[in-house]
Parts: sequence; structure tokens; C-alpha cells
Amino acid sequence: MKAFEYTRASSPADAAALAAKTPGAKFIAGGTNLLDLMKLEIETPAHLIDVNKLALDRIEETSDGGLRIGALVRNTDLAADKRVRRDYAVLTRAIVAGASGQLRNKATTAGNLLQRTRCPYFYDPNQPCNKRKPGSGCAAIGGFSRQLAVIGTSKACIATYPGDMAIAMRLLDATVETVKPDGSTRKIAIADFHRLPGDTPHIDNTLQTGELITAVTLPKPLGGKHFYHKVRDRASYAFALVSVAAVVQKDGTGRVAFGGMAHKPWRVEAAEAALPKGAAAAARIAFAGATPTHDNAFKLPLAERTLAAVLSEARG
Amino acid sequence: MKFDTPATTNPIDRLKVVGKPTDRIDGPLKTTGRAPYAYERHDVAPGAAYGYVLGAAIAKGRITGMDLSAAKAAPGVLAIVTAENAGKLTKGNFNTANLLGGPEIEHYHQAIALVVAETFEQARAASSLIRVDYARGKGRFDLEAEMASATLPKEGFGGPAESKVGNFEGAFASAPVQLDARYTTPDHSHAMMEPHASTAKWDGDQLLLWTSNQMINWGKGDVARTLGLPEDKVRLMSPFVGGGFGGKLFVRTDAILAALGAKAAGRPVKVSLQRPLIANNTTHRPATIQRIRIGTSKDGKITAIGHESWSGDLPGGGPETAVSQTRLLYAGENRLTAMRLAVLDLPEGNAMRAPGEAPGLMALEIAMDEMAEKLGMDPVEFRALNDTQVDPEAANRPFSQRQLIQCMRIGADKFGWAKRAKAPGAIREGRWLIGMGMAAAFRNNLNGKSGARVRLDGKGVVTVETDMTDIGTGTYTIIAQTAAEMMGVPLDTVVVRLGDSSFPASAGSGGQWGANSSTAGVYAACAMLRDKVTAALGFNSADVVFEDGKVRAGNRSVALADAAKGGELVAEDHMDYGDLAKKYQQSTFGAHFVEVAVDAATAEVRVRRMLAVCAAGRILNPKSARSQVIGAMTMGVGSALMEDLAVDKRFGFFVNHDLAGYEVPVHADIPHQDVIFLDETDPTTSPMKAKGVGELGLCGVGAAVANAIHNACGVRVRDYPVTLDKLLPGMPAFV
Repeated sequence: MKAFEYTRASSPADAAALAAKTPGAKFIAGGTNLLDLMKLEIETPAHLIDVNKLALDRIEETSDGGLRIGALVRNTDLAADKRVRRDYAVLTRAIVAGASGQLRNKATTAGNLLQRTRCPYFYDPNQPCNKRKPGSGCAAIGGFSRQLAVIGTSKACIATYPGDMAIAMRLLDATVETVKPDGSTRKIAIADFHRLPGDTPHIDNTLQTGELITAVTLPKPLGGKHFYHKVRDRASYAFALVSVAAVVQKDGTGRVAFGGMAHKPWRVEAAEAALPKGAAAAARIAFAGATPTHDNAFKLPLAERTLAAVLSEARG
Repeated sequence: MKFDTPATTNPIDRLKVVGKPTDRIDGPLKTTGRAPYAYERHDVAPGAAYGYVLGAAIAKGRITGMDLSAAKAAPGVLAIVTAENAGKLTKGNFNTANLLGGPEIEHYHQAIALVVAETFEQARAASSLIRVDYARGKGRFDLEAEMASATLPKEGFGGPAESKVGNFEGAFASAPVQLDARYTTPDHSHAMMEPHASTAKWDGDQLLLWTSNQMINWGKGDVARTLGLPEDKVRLMSPFVGGGFGGKLFVRTDAILAALGAKAAGRPVKVSLQRPLIANNTTHRPATIQRIRIGTSKDGKITAIGHESWSGDLPGGGPETAVSQTRLLYAGENRLTAMRLAVLDLPEGNAMRAPGEAPGLMALEIAMDEMAEKLGMDPVEFRALNDTQVDPEAANRPFSQRQLIQCMRIGADKFGWAKRAKAPGAIREGRWLIGMGMAAAFRNNLNGKSGARVRLDGKGVVTVETDMTDIGTGTYTIIAQTAAEMMGVPLDTVVVRLGDSSFPASAGSGGQWGANSSTAGVYAACAMLRDKVTAALGFNSADVVFEDGKVRAGNRSVALADAAKGGELVAEDHMDYGDLAKKYQQSTFGAHFVEVAVDAATAEVRVRRMLAVCAAGRILNPKSARSQVIGAMTMGVGSALMEDLAVDKRFGFFVNHDLAGYEVPVHADIPHQDVIFLDETDPTTSPMKAKGVGELGLCGVGAAVANAIHNACGVRVRDYPVTLDKLLPGMPAFV
């Protein structure tokens, strides 16, 4: 870990302004990912701006019938919120499928969106990794890639986004609210928040320098049956090989988003139109053009079968 | 004391203390955080500086340049140890690669520097400032590709590399029912809770080393050898060990570099291996490729059994002895076993819990299941039919005890084996396919020379001192029980002091030899102390009884403490063994039963119930023994379903080298576990009449899980771990 400066921010706008003018600054909230990465010197911020004291820890109803979740709402609190459990059960299920109770107590809503890939080559500073060190190459391509992405990959990177919560938020069409260093705010559709690796896999998302997430809003509830089916090698405390977030209506229509498949939560709206025809039809569209490796080709049939299990359960 | 004839009745047989499910006496220390582990010896080595190990970034090659200047100038740095400034180091007798590499690099993450600084964070930060240039060499990293070059290794721990009885090839070729199958097991990491850790302090030319080590006497020898010190200038202390599983049988780089760092810094230094370094820096269980051929008559009698295994290691290393059990477990007139060893430039392989039998049974016990299926026989019946009461390679050698059939029958009864569907894939509960599997468990019993010193003071307190270790197994407690039984005192008047090389050398902890061997050593020392007490109290009768804190003969009864009125009585002895283990084959037996559920959609496997039935001699403490067995069963589930060090065959290292990438079971993976111990004593093993059990609990579990999976869903996977990607292609469509 490199030595770093530490400042406690006094307001969201101040935090953003300070981050923009301080070279090598990073925000810290729960620290459940950042601290690990700092110990390995994968992240080497010269300056940490602690946002924990900002009053962004409330869940409020919005005027259009949705929910506004403060950036600092802890995962445990979000998953346990009565309104979330009642109206957005897929979100609760996704959150409790991730990490451990201790980590969820600490991890925040905004921080969870920002967690970085778990590609083992990203985690080993001796290995080339375009995400960790742009231009150094990708050791995962041609290496051990069982956990890694099968679609939306590039010649520079085949990493996956590791989280669960964001898969549900993508399904729910959440909006990420931010404040920029100049004090202005903006709203980013979750679909536009995480990015594919392309030639710049070191950039995980579309936040600008210094921009701070203040909240995530959910539109009004969708109704229907909610599912988060996470598939992994052990029963708990493991990242998804494949996960399926779905809301299915009585008539068989619905939405589906996948985790563990790509560099971002994977949702193809065109595939959803095929849901009434079954998992195979939807998966065919969702994963058209997939580029799996030898190690992770199983994820494609696995995703289809997991979706089939969800649809079967939805039918009751 | 020499043990060369089978034990007769002795004070242990009273079983007033021994054999009771006593809580571990070190429990309160551990649960209150007062048991001092090697990295926490502020009490005896105050002011220790922190050492941080830098591992090599390549698997094979040379360091062509190393620039320490930035690291040396970093805040808090006190010293940097490298091969260039460490002085002459001699490789330890138990090490395959050097513990400090450079300029030659023998494996990935081989230590190449230790940075010593005032704080851990400073040492870690400075280590990243060391600039190293390498010339990468060409290495061999793929066992499959090196199979053809593998050779028969020299005889080692696992006996000769080859064994042949009768005419295997002919008998197999003519057998009416045949199986010829290939199985693979991956590299495994010990993944113990406490990392390898040491605190070193120099007292003049005397080295004091608090370290986490299973084998103190081996360790003292190898530290002395590596550093070029006389053995009497090295003192190792390892009173508490947070898990070892074979990974701490040997001195590792933390101990050597702590000693070198302390010398360089002129003050105590402590070193703990960071978790991401452990998989590649230390030892691991080597991967195997195994070929098993079994031929039987039509009614299921084995006529030919062949088991060949291939594994790899660094030059000078040894094989994974995966065929060991096949030499002893089942009958059959025509037999063949062979172990072949290839040279690999991966980190060094070595013992991990039940070396040999653990991966060997993972293969053999699937093969037995497959054979039973071919024969249309029940897996229990097929095994029972091929039981043997003598060493099948030497019929004049009986087993000292062999209750394999009893273990299987009792297990089948208790587990409800009769409800198992004969045809795979027949039982479904909702989305879950349910199956049962079983496997025989087998692990040899090993005895080792083991010494102890026992003291009696004027208050009647009995203190035992031995360099034996408690690696979480319950050694403190069973040694206290042994001394209490022998001296006729309550458990709480016994003090046990372990893991110090200034104490008499013991057998140490490994190969499930620790419990019987170390308590037998304590027995010997107590027998001598009893003689001294008898003499001190003026008894001359041979019928002296030690009971309730008193010594009694005829009508005379004297408090035990009175014997030490004139000063402490001290006795030191060890147990030595004759040739009983040659005359009798001493092994431990068991049967594992497992029920699994396989998700019909995703092929995820969840274990639902487990039962182990063990026949392992006298169980010295059923509570600590049960803990050992359920822990071993848990490890067996790991090896069956998830544990797999992934090899990068291009760069030559284990990729998933932390506990996020190398998955071991979590609580949610482990369901209801039952353990049954058969009531057994084995008088050929020692006066304790005990055997090992801690590794037996692992042996066979992996195959029992794999067999249950096959029974559940009909897919036979011969390549561990049995992960869902290997099951999916064989699963029926899910709609």
C-alpha cells in the first residue's frame, strides 16, 4: 500500500470539487474492495476522500412512485428495507446473494456499483493486465478464464463485472444520480453506466473525473414475480459463474438481465420479447455473437438452463 | 521404553480419563485470544520489526538485475535480505527448492527478498519499490505433456515405486468383466487458517524462533542446516499452530527469512506470508493422472487390479504416492501398482493431509463404484466380497485389525443405504436430483519414536513436556488425559507444555501418526515416573495402584504429592518400536456415505448428509477425534466439488492463489455430518492401543461424493473437482 493523504468531505459537491483538483484522488466509503486493491497496489490513490459522513444514507419515495436510494445506504439496510422487499424483491435477492453479512454491513450502494473485476490476472501485479496497467497486455486471454466474460469482450480484456446488486438495478432500469466538480448534477441511466472494455478496459464506467454518485433511483415498481438465481461452485460467498435476474409477469412477458457473462450487467431488451417463447429463444438473442473461451464456454448453456429454471418457477 | 510385543493390560485400560469426550483443555485460551501464535509474540520478543517477503515474478529463469536503492531509502526500512547478502545458505533436508531464491529462480513466488521495516505497511510498500529484471527460462508446467518423460522414482515414504504380484496383464486380459479408466486430481493448496509465520530473535549466537510448525525436531535440524548453525544454537517454539494439514511439516521461508532479517536488523523480526503468496511460495498437494484397471470374475471376485499414477515435481522432488492404498485395500491374485514422476517447474509438491491415499482413493473408489455398476452389484457388497484379512502382496502378514466390512455394514444401516435407487437419476425432489454414494476409507497407521519428560511437584501437579505439536487436533488434551490416567490424578492437575525444541523430541504431527505416537511417549515417561514415585515413597510391591491422587499398595495409601516433598521428581523417556508393524499390517479403516442433490437445471451440487464410520483403534478422546473427522469430511467435500489450483501452463504458476480464487467449503456447503467410531483396541500399535484417525476422515470422501453425484444424475465425472461445467454436457435438457 502506498502512503496516502486523507480528507473527510463536508458535502457531496465539495467532495467532487476536491477530487477533481487533487491528483490521484479516490473516494472511499465502505472500502470493501478499494482497501484490498490498495494492499496489493492495484489501486494506488495518493489521496482518499472519505464520503462516509455525507448525509446520503436514506431511502426515500420519489414523486413518481419509485425509490431514491442514497449512495451511502449500506447493502444490508437496502436489502432489508420493507419497500424494497415488497416492490423490488429482485434487488433484495441479488444483494443477499453477494459477499457475506459482514461485508454487506459495510458495503454501500454506490461503492457496490463501482467494484472492480475479480479476474485473477488483474489481481496479480506480476502479470500483464490492460485493466490494471493499460497497454501491458491481457494474460487472461489464453490463460485461466473460467470465471471470465463470454460476450462483449475485446482483444484487450475479457474481464467480468463481478457484482450482483447492479444486475438487479439494470433489470429495474435504475438511474445513477451524480454531482460533478462544478456542483452541477446529472442522471445516468444504469444501462449507460458500466461500459464494455473495448480498447480502454481500465475505464470501468462513464463517471467523469471527480464525479460523485449521490443516489440511485428506481422507477415505479414493475409488479410480477421476482427472481435472482445465482449459480456458483459453492453455496455461498463466491462470485457468480452465471446469475439471472428476472421479473416475470403472469402473461409470460418480463425482463431478464445476466451477471457473470460480461464486463457489465448484460441485458438485451430484444431478447426479452422472446421470453414467452422460452429460455432457448431468449438466450439465443441475448448471447448472439458470444466469444467464449475454452474454459468458459459452459456459461452459455448454463445461462440458458438457469433462465429455464427461472421461467419454470415463474410458471409455478 | 521399547514396544516390541503386543500390549497387555496396563493403566490406560482403566479408561477413567482416556477415552472420555473431554473438552479441549486449551479451548479457553483460544476462545479468549490468549493462546499466543507465532506472529503475536510481543510477550517474548518485544519491539519486533516487520519483514515482508517479495516473491519471484517468473516461474523459471534468472534474476539479471536487482535494484534495492529505492526500497532502502523508503520510510522505515531497516534492512533488506537477498541471496546476495544473506551469506551461505544450505538447502534443508526436507526442502526441494531453496527458501531464498536468486539469481536462479526455481518456481513462481519463490522468495527473492525480505524487506524489514518498522511497520508492516512500510515493509510492504518498500517491497514494491524493489526493481527486479529477469531472464525468463523455459519451464515444464503441464503434467499431461510430461507424462511420457516420467520415470519410476527412488523408494521413499510411499514404499517402492512399483509392485507386482502374479501376472496382472494376463489376468486382466482374460477377466470376463473389465474396467480400464483414467482419473485426474488437481493440485491442492492446504489453505490453513493461520498463514506460515515466524518471529525470530537472536540472543548472542543463539537463535530463538517462534514459528508455526508441525515437526519441531525436523524443523530445528533444517533451520540449523540452512543457516549453518550448530543444532544447539537453534531453539524452535511452536506451542500453538493454526492449522497445518502438511503445509507446515517443513521449515519454510518465513522462518529462515525472519532469522536472517533479525540478524540484519539487529532486533527481533517477524514474518508472515501474505495469503496471495502461499499457494506458489509453499508446498501443495501435486496433481495426479491415474489409470486403474480392474478385472473380475462374473460373480465379482477381483482377479486383477492395477493402479498407476503420474505426478510431477521440481527436480529432486518426490511423487504423490497415490497407489499406496491399492496395495492393501482389496484382494486379488494378480496385482500391479506403479508411481511415475515427471519433472515440472511448478512450485514444489509435498504432503497434504493423507498424502497418497487422499487422491488415490478419489480415483480407486470411483473405479470400484464403476465396477460394481458393471457387475450389477451393490457397491457395499462388491467391496465386502473383495475384502482381505491379510496383506494381499504378502499373505503371511495379517492386518492387526481390519473391520472394513463392519464399517460398511453399520454405515449402510445407519445411513439408510437400502433406500438408494440402483438406477441413476431415479429420485427427484422438485428441481433436485437426489443420489447416494459411498466409498471405503483406508489410511495406514504409522508410529514414530516419541519422547516426553514428566515432572511431579510437591503439590501433586504433573507437568508434561514434549516437543509434540497441537495443530488444532487436540494434542494438549489427549496428552493430559494420558498423563492423568497413568499417574492417577484428575485432568486439572496436569500441565502440558508442547512445541519447544528444548523439550524431548516427539514424533510430531503429520500422517495421522501424532496421537498414538506422542501419547505412547508420554506413557513411557509416566511409567518411569511411576517407578520413581514408588521408590520415593518406599513401596516395594509390584501391585502399586495410582488412583485419585494417591499411591496405594495393600493397606497403605500415600498422597502422590508426598513423593515430591523432598524435591521435584523428573522422568524422561521415549517410546521406541520393534517390528510389530512389519509382522502386522497396521491400517485404519472406515466407510463414508454421502447424499447429494444435483440441480437438474444448473448441475450445481449440494451435499445433504454425510456419515463416516471409522475403525481406528482406541479413540483417545471421542470429541476431539470427531472434530478431526468432520473437519476431514469437510476437506473431502472441498476436494470433490471445488478445490483446484488452476495452472497457467504458459507462465507456470497457480493462478487462483488467494482464498477468493481457491474455493474451499463454507458453512453453507456442509450439511448434517455424523461420525461413528467402532469400539476397537489394537494391542500391536502401542500401549495406548490407538491409531491415527485425523486423515482417515478424509480418505474416500471425494469418491463418495462423486459416486453420489453419479447416482443422482447419471453423469460419471473422473476429473476432479466435479464442477457443474463437467456435469452439464451429460445432463438431460431442462425445459
